[in-house]
Parts: sequence; structure tokens; C-alpha cells
Amino acid sequence: MAERSFAKEVEKLRLGAGEEFAGEGILAITKALLQCGVGYVGGYQGAPISHLMDVLADAQDILGELGVHFEASASEATATAMLAASVHYPIRGAATFKSTVGTNVASDALANLASGGVTGGALIIVGEDYGEGSSIMQERSHAFAMKSQVWLLDPRPNLPSIVKAVEDGFELSEASNTPVMLQVRIRCCHVHGHFIAKDNKRPPMSVADALSAPRRDTGRIVLPPASFLHEKEKVAKRWPAAVDFIKSRKINEMFGPDHGSVGIVMQGGMYNSVIRALQRLGLADTYGDTDVPLYVLNAVYPLIDDEFLAFCEGKQAVLVVEEGQPNYIEQAFAAMLHKGGRGTKLVGKEHLPMAGEYTGQVMLDGIGSFLRANSPHLLPGEVRAPNKLGEGVDTADLINVVPGRPPGFCVGCPERPIFAATKLVEQELGKHHIASDIGCHLFSIMPPFELGATTMGYGLGPASASAFNSPDAKRRSISFVGDGGFWHNGLTSSIGNAVFNRNDGVIVIVDNFYSAATGGQDILSSRANNRTKSTKHPIDEAVKGMGVKWLRHIDRTYDVGKMRATLREALTTEEKGPKVIVASSECMLNRQRREKPLVDKAIKGGERVVKPKFGVDEDICTGDHACMRLSGCPSLSVKSLDDPLRDDPVASIDQNCVGCGNCGEVADAAVLCPSFYRADVVHNPGRWDRFLESTRRAVIGLLQRRRESRRLMFADA
Amino acid sequence: MLDHNAVLRPKSGASDDERVIKLAVLAVGGQGGGVLADWITDVAERNGYIAQSTSVAGVAQRTGATIYYIEMARDTGRLPVFALSPSQGDVDILIAAELMEAGRAIIRGFVTPERTTLITSSHRIAAVSEKIEPGDGRASSEKVHATAEAAAKRFIAFDMEKIAADNGTMISASLLGALAGSDALPFTRESYEQAIGAGGRGVKASLAAFSAACDRARGIAAAPIGERARAKPAAPEAPSTARVSGPETLLKGWQQLAARVAALPEPLRDMAERGLKKVVDYQDIAYGGEYLDRLDKAFALDNAERGYALSIAAAKHLANAMCYDDMIRVADLKTRSTRDKRVRKEVGVKEGSVLQVTEYFHPRIEELCGTLPARLGSYIESRPKLAAFLDRRINRGRHIRTDSFTGFAMLWFIGGLRRWRRRLLRHRIEVEHLERWYGLALGHARQDYALATEILNCRRLIKGYSDTHARAQSKFDRVLSALPMLKGRDDAADWIRRLREAALKDEKGDMLDGALKTVTTLGG
Repeated sequence: MAERSFAKEVEKLRLGAGEEFAGEGILAITKALLQCGVGYVGGYQGAPISHLMDVLADAQDILGELGVHFEASASEATATAMLAASVHYPIRGAATFKSTVGTNVASDALANLASGGVTGGALIIVGEDYGEGSSIMQERSHAFAMKSQVWLLDPRPNLPSIVKAVEDGFELSEASNTPVMLQVRIRCCHVHGHFIAKDNKRPPMSVADALSAPRRDTGRIVLPPASFLHEKEKVAKRWPAAVDFIKSRKINEMFGPDHGSVGIVMQGGMYNSVIRALQRLGLADTYGDTDVPLYVLNAVYPLIDDEFLAFCEGKQAVLVVEEGQPNYIEQAFAAMLHKGGRGTKLVGKEHLPMAGEYTGQVMLDGIGSFLRANSPHLLPGEVRAPNKLGEGVDTADLINVVPGRPPGFCVGCPERPIFAATKLVEQELGKHHIASDIGCHLFSIMPPFELGATTMGYGLGPASASAFNSPDAKRRSISFVGDGGFWHNGLTSSIGNAVFNRNDGVIVIVDNFYSAATGGQDILSSRANNRTKSTKHPIDEAVKGMGVKWLRHIDRTYDVGKMRATLREALTTEEKGPKVIVASSECMLNRQRREKPLVDKAIKGGERVVKPKFGVDEDICTGDHACMRLSGCPSLSVKSLDDPLRDDPVASIDQNCVGCGNCGEVADAAVLCPSFYRADVVHNPGRWDRFLESTRRAVIGLLQRRRESRRLMFADA
Repeated sequence: MLDHNAVLRPKSGASDDERVIKLAVLAVGGQGGGVLADWITDVAERNGYIAQSTSVAGVAQRTGATIYYIEMARDTGRLPVFALSPSQGDVDILIAAELMEAGRAIIRGFVTPERTTLITSSHRIAAVSEKIEPGDGRASSEKVHATAEAAAKRFIAFDMEKIAADNGTMISASLLGALAGSDALPFTRESYEQAIGAGGRGVKASLAAFSAACDRARGIAAAPIGERARAKPAAPEAPSTARVSGPETLLKGWQQLAARVAALPEPLRDMAERGLKKVVDYQDIAYGGEYLDRLDKAFALDNAERGYALSIAAAKHLANAMCYDDMIRVADLKTRSTRDKRVRKEVGVKEGSVLQVTEYFHPRIEELCGTLPARLGSYIESRPKLAAFLDRRINRGRHIRTDSFTGFAMLWFIGGLRRWRRRLLRHRIEVEHLERWYGLALGHARQDYALATEILNCRRLIKGYSDTHARAQSKFDRVLSALPMLKGRDDAADWIRRLREAALKDEKGDMLDGALKTVTTLGG
């Protein structure tokens, strides 16, 4: 079950024609799919489209009513391969994933799908994880569209435009027999807005209909000679069809005056930031009415030659606003102007940075610089020659004060003790080469653990350590992979590979019962009952099935001592071949979400419930912070004592502590200090509990009074 | 580059009615920033505004810095074009849910003196980098406060986390209250309350926190400029005049000791009294006498012109050194009735619930020998095979329930070994170490008073248990190893201070080693 429930919001998916929809971009996309009569949807979770998968999962009743099939695909390749259902059948299908990482994984299926082409509309919704808040390498999805010749839509970031892009996308796909990618950026996915809904449509042909009347056409299968014909068909038939559609349906938009000496061309996704820059330059109003001609590319691939050349007609200079690199669009436009023998000057990355997100400031600087150079008369006097304003506040000092705050493990995270144990085992056996993977466990690379040298892709942690397999080596490599990555492709690419190649390294599979980093979606080995999916398939069994002989399972990662002993054994055993440790404990975020309401209810209902919490005896803590160097838990922090005798702040545990046990276990395993205690509060104690307590407290009280009556007592000590 | 402060009126003479209000929220993941953004959007829509909110939702990334961004404009029937992220120099209201996030907002240019109302909670959530330093690695809140006063048009700061916690809710409620109280948005208090009410869950607690924060912010907004924002740091408490109780004979002994402290000059008295209390509480009246005897040695070398810095340092660090952390002390502290009360209060044990407390111990042969009579302890320690044999039997984690009879009795018994402490091995080792350090410091006092004081302050380095303690000892020794190299230098005290500060920066003492290298290169 996913971390965020959309159970309430999905009711908005039932809105009918003329009603106003209010909500997040992600939900709007889902509504648009249903309005388009989509027949099936699949995808793989990952920011920024994780919530799209969660919405779809929570909307299964509505999907079912409409006869729409939904899958939580095993990977992005699976999701894209699923679109094969639109090859022969006129069924609209959609797949969604994070890009470019998901597109990388999907590209095998994408290339095959693009080669043969589609009959039913095939839409791939990619969440472009670029710029601030991104967690992946900074690349562009644009290149995938170009290499496979699928069309790429990049709508203006408002709900009506996104919804229209979904509709246009399906039609474009069908008109040109080509899959279409729809790109939405991070903030666009989470933008809150409104649009006027239409009725949902049942798919004219469902997957059930297709199964009962199978079709085939050898000409659509990627094998010679058809594959050679596909390439020709792409340029001779599908491309012109796409260009016609985009032109005739006016997918790209023009704003501002018809004529002017300068103009700006932009990706649709950049429109709002361009308008904001123009507003700040005094050239646009609140509603986007502007003095500068704008050409907005809601379709960024293919580009429309004559549309662009017509826009350039009579203009001395045109600025291309294209985020990311290489600057494919700018290059293509430059070639068009050159071949068309036009004199319009084309600029782009001269005024705007080659790499990095186009933030508000970057846009203001870039467009300002373009206009000053090419059309200064447009600019109001204050912009051309601004009065020198105050320098503002000097923040140089502040930069040294404000600490960085990168993301890290949550309160009570079960992965923390795994890395505490790894750090401890390295203290005994020395540093090892450690390969990391994608997932929450990648936070191990940050302080306080600072473990892990590389990350090569989802499920590829152990694969990325495969070169480190030498009979001469005195130390083994350690690699990590999460349960999400394991099922995504780690089972074959990492475990199978290690078995086959007789890798001698240590592999730790971090099993937290969910695809946790993407929002807690269920996967094959999840322990939860899932109404529509088959869960509870143990990782151990899969690993054994792959041929791993040395396998250890730790079913409570908080046992730091056992975790360390198992790692030590794996690193030192004489046994050859991969040493696999499956370390399992439930993601604490999800566990709390699941258990907290139940516990609260049980306490209210008078049931006996034991609730743990940790604490620190501040007079025993010496303020050396060794515990924090093995934890980094947000609820374990420092506090100053009101005591001039003590210089350094001591450890302190706040109210968010969930009593996971890591503090005590680490203090024990690393022989730190005896200042931690675990306090278990027994709510609604039974008769026996109460009897025991009163007896104990009587005896303990006696001993305490005896000692305390014979010593000096300081009231504030 | 254009001056980012150039804020122009939009074209075609946009009136105030068409103005876009820009509001950014900087928070730490897990603080409930999303709830706050939803509330603000709701309030805006209730007041006839069109609002757009965006965020970069780090799905599971719970502890990193995050931004929520909202734009709103009066609904005139046309859709405004809103931006999806805040721009430098173009933010009207900035809400920071933690003080350093306010600092980050200023660094990022989101706060400008001409227009930004900066609302921040003044509480701190320490970042990992601040927590892992062996010393005090926390960032300076003062610096952020001072910069914010100058950077913002209006600055409203108080502890909104506390208001939320006091009312049993999340900080989003008190942040919303502060926003309402600031009157930075043209909306009524009632419309905010309606938005909270529409949320459905925990409405009562949220409204209480909202209301308290709103009033508080109103007060600050109304206060004259200059004193408006900063909650003055609490003044240090007056010297403790602790109430002391106990058997008559002990009280008499205490009064004699207290009289000796009372005879000390005023600047020294507070620290000496605190130190005295600590050592008496740790051992007994006689131990307090030893403490004052030792302190007198420093005092004899001291004078008023120097403000008694040497004696104050001695009073502080002697007490810490004499109250070394041994098993007896830990057991004693964990079995006191005051401790039981404190745990109950911290955990919040309600009437009718039962508390169970588990302690985590990991004794090793070193701790055992330290708690044996000195001769027996050193006998074992000098025989590695025997020590290893015994270590194998005791060296393991022990989880002891101090709410149970046996667990408590065991610790109570160990705590009772206090009266024999002076004869135990650990005491002998600690006294030797203390005398060496104290003698070294005072030996320098006549030639170089400042250096002597700094040597005393080096005691701060010694802390922790087991390996951490060993590392601390090694750092202490390494810092003092520079003394011969610094001999005769005017800035010797400065160097010792610098070395000590370097030693507190990281676990292993890499910074210290670097600093020591610099010392070796100093020309005589």
C-alpha cells in the first residue's frame, strides 16, 4: 500500500462534462486518460510520477467500472512493452515512469515499439526529473524521442494545457501510427489548479475484446525485411503525418503581437517562467499579455519547419529558450534558417546557460540580456539603466553558518542499523570497496555513515561490483541492493550474474517490504495483503533459486550485533561464491502509518498495548556524540544543559522517537555508553502488570529511601 | 546581469487588484509543509483569489530541506500566468519552519529588504553535520537572527514548534497562525480558521496552536521596530542556592564546606559552589574537602586583575575530573528516585499506565578491573591471558530492567560500592591522571597565566566511555604534547586553545593532527 492515499481525491475522477476539477497535476492527467477512453495503463513508480501510480492504484474501482486494465509494472521496460497491446489493436494505452532513468530502462521496448508503430494511441507519460529536487543524473528525455523517432509533447504547465496534451497525444499517436511521449516536469506534476472536466469514456475496444479476437500482421514485427521498411515508413509516412497533425491542430501556440523585430521560442514547459521574466521586465501583464512575440512549442519533436520560419519572418533576432543540453532544438532551428537562407539571427545558449535548470533568475537575466542586445527600445528605462539599488545584505558569512540539509534516513529507519553495523565491521576489518544502489539505502553515502563508492542504476549495485572479483584480493567487495531494485532487475543482472561468474563478494539485500523510496508501493516480496496484486514472495527463495549457496537472513535489522557478526562472517568465510545477506525489517514510515491508528484505537479501546520510546540520561551522557556518528536519526539530537560545568551539548531524544531500538543496540554493539534507556509504557495494564508494578515499586522505593536518607540531597541535582 | 532588485510594475498599469502575491515556504521534510501549503491555497480561494501551489515532493526523503511555493491573485475572471518556483528578489512572504531554513532562504536571495515579510520559527532542528562533531558543532542562531533583521522588510520570529507541541499538533498550524497574525495577506482571521476547520482532522488542536501563534505574531508586528522579532536569550540563572537536605552530621559538614566557598571572591563563587555540589553528590563530604583543597592551590596563584580565570577553570574542570564516569556513578544515577521521576515525566507516563525501563550496558574487563580493589585490579590487568579469559565471560551487551527487582537490586548494589571507591583501581588511575594534569597546569601559572588556564580547559577533551574515552585521552595527550614545542612563545596559550578546538572537530582527530603539524613548523 502506498505511503499517500488518494482514496478521497480519486472520487474527482468521476466528474462529468462541464464540472470543474480542482486538484494536482498528476490527478488531472489521470482524469484526462479516462476522458480519452484509455484501455489500459501501466507504469513504474518514481518521483515525480509516483503519485500518478498511486492515484491509479487507488482508482482501481473506477478503472474497473470503465473496463480499463491497470498494471503496476515490474519495470519501465515492462510498462513500455505493455504498449504492444496497441500495435495491432485500436486500443489506447498509456505507460508512465520517471525520466530519464526510467526511459533508459524502457528504451529497448521503446525502440521496438517505435519501429513497428502502433494502431491504437500509445502515450508514454514521462516525469522529467530535472533541476532542483531531482535525485538523478541530469539528462534530457528529448534524445530518446529523437533516436527512436517518437513524438515528444511538452505542454505549458497548467492543468487545462496538460489535459489537452493528453488528448492531443492519443490523437497524434493514432494519426501518425507512432507512440507519443508526454513530458511533465517535477513541479508541474504537483501543481494545484483547475480545469473543466468531460465525461469519462469506456474504451471502444477493451483488452478483453482483443483477446477474444486476436490479430497479427507480420509487417509490424521487428525482423527483416519489415524492420528496414519501418525505418523508411518513419520518415516517409509517419513523420509527415505528425507534422500535418501538429500544424493543422495548432498544437504549438503563438502569443503576443503578430509582428516585431525580436521573438522568443520556447518549450511549452518553459512558458510560465518566460512570462514571469517578461512581467518583471515590464513587458507582460499578470495574464501573460505581452509585447514580445512568443512561439510556444507544446510539441518539441518533431519541429515544424514552416511554422518556425513563418514566426521568424521579419524578425531580426529570435531567442530559443531550451532547458538542458545538448541544445537539440536550437541546433535544428539554426539549420532550418540556414537552409532556408534566412537572415534572422538565432540565439539561445549565448544568453542562457548551457546546463542547469532555468530558474526565475536565470530566465530574467537571459531574456533581459537578449532584449538589451537586440531590442533595447522595448525595455522600459528603469530596466535599461536601473537606478543602483542597495547591494542587499551580505550573506557571505551566513553561507558558512547555515548547515547543508541533504535528505537522509527517516526516524526509526530499519536501514540505519545495517549501515551502523557496516561501519562497525569496517572498524574491525578495515575499509572495503562498497557499491551502492538506487533507493533510500543510498543515503548511506552521506554523513554520518559515508559508505559507498558508486551507484550505477536500479538493481545494479552488485553488478557494479562485479569487476572486483580477483583470486589475489585480500578483501571482498560489499554491495547493496534494495528489495525494489532486486525485483526490478537485480535478481538477474546482479544476483544471477554473481552466481554465474562465481563472484566472491558480499551482497546485502535491503528488504523493507516496499518500494519505499518511491512512496511505499507494494512489490513481490511485500508482506501486506494486497487486494489486486500477488505479494509475499520471499526474496530468499528467489535468491536460492538463482543458485546462491551462502545465504543468511536477518529478520530484524535493528539487531546491530547480529548484523555485524553476519557481515563479519560473510567477509571472512572460506566459502567461495557470492555471500548474500537478506536484511529485512519494515520501512518505519509505512509501519507507523499502518500501526499508529491501530495502536491508538487499541489504547482507546482499553486493550493492553506496550509502546516503546528511547531516552537519554543526560547526567550520564558525556556529550561526545559517538552515538550520533552511528545514527543520524532525526529524533536523536543535541541539547544544551543549563549547567556551566558542562561545555558540550548532550544527546537528547525528542517526542518523534518510535522506539525502533537502534540507539540501544548501537550503544551496546559499539560499546558506547550506558546513557540510553528504553522506556516501555504499558497502556491499560492487566491485573498482573499492576500487581507486579506495585510490589516492585514498594521494594525499589524502600531501597531508594534507605540510601537517600543517608546522603545529602541537593534539590536541583 | 540585471539587478534582481529591479521590481517593476507589470505593463498596462496593472493595478493592485491584479497584483500577484508570491509566498514561499521553506521546511524540513516531515514538518507538514504540504498541509500548510494546502491551507494557504484554501484561504486564498475562500477570499476570492485564484491560487496555485507547487512543491517538489521528495516522496520518502523525509529529512532534507524542501520548498513549497504559492502564487495568488484576485480573481478578475481571467487566468493569471503563475510561475512554478520562487525567484530571487521576487518573494513577498517567506515562511521558514526552522531557523536555519530562514538562513537558507536569505542566502538563496528569497528575502529582500524592500518587500519580503519573513516569518520563521526560531527553533532549531540540528542537521547531521552539526550533531556528529565531538564538540559543539551547532550553527550560530544569533548570526541568522542578525542577518534576517537586516534582510527582511518585516521579520517575525518566535518558537512556533513549541506552540504546536504545547497544543498537541504540528508546526504547520502555528506557522499558519503567524502568517495570519502578520497581516501580510489581505485575508481575515476567520477565513484561516475556516480553512483549518475544513481540513477535518485534529481541528481543535490545530485551531488552538493557530490562535496562540496568531496573537503572538500580532504582538510582534505591533511592537516598535528593533525590538520586534528577537526573543531575548534567557539570562543565565542566578547562582544556585540549592536547598540541601540530609542527616544532621552531613549537613554540618556541608555547611563548613559552603562557608569555605562563601569566602571565595564573587566571580569564582558560583562555579566553585556548583563544582562542590557535584563532587559531594558524587562521593561524600570529605571528597568535597579534597576538591576545595585542590582549588585553593589554583586560587593561591590567582588574582583579581585576571578575573580569577585560572581558578574558575580549575573549579569547573576539577569537578569534572573528580567525577569520572565509572560503573558506580552510572549505577548510582540510574537508581535514584529523582531519575525515576524524570523518566516518567519525559516519557509522559499517565496515571494507570505501567512503565518498564531497560538499560543498555556493555561491561568489559577494563570496567570490572576498575571496580576491583586497586591491587587485585592491576594484578589481573598485568596478566593478559587471565584478563582475556575473564573478558570472554563478561564482555557482552546486558539489557537490564531497572523496574524489576533483580535488575534494580544489582545496580543498587553497584551504586553502593561508592563508599569503597577510593580504594578501587579506577580511582587510583584517575587521581594520578588528575594530579599530573593539574600539576602541569599550575606549574605554568607563574610564567604564563593564560597557558595554565588553557591547559586546565583541555580537560574538556576527556569524555565518553570505552573506545571513545580512549580516543579522547589520546587527543588530550596529543594536544598537550605540543607544550615543549610552544615553550617560551607568547602565543602558547592561543595555540593550545586552537589545538583543543581542532580536536573537538572530528572523531579521529584528523584536524588536530593537521594543526599539530603546523605547530611543528613554527619557528622558535
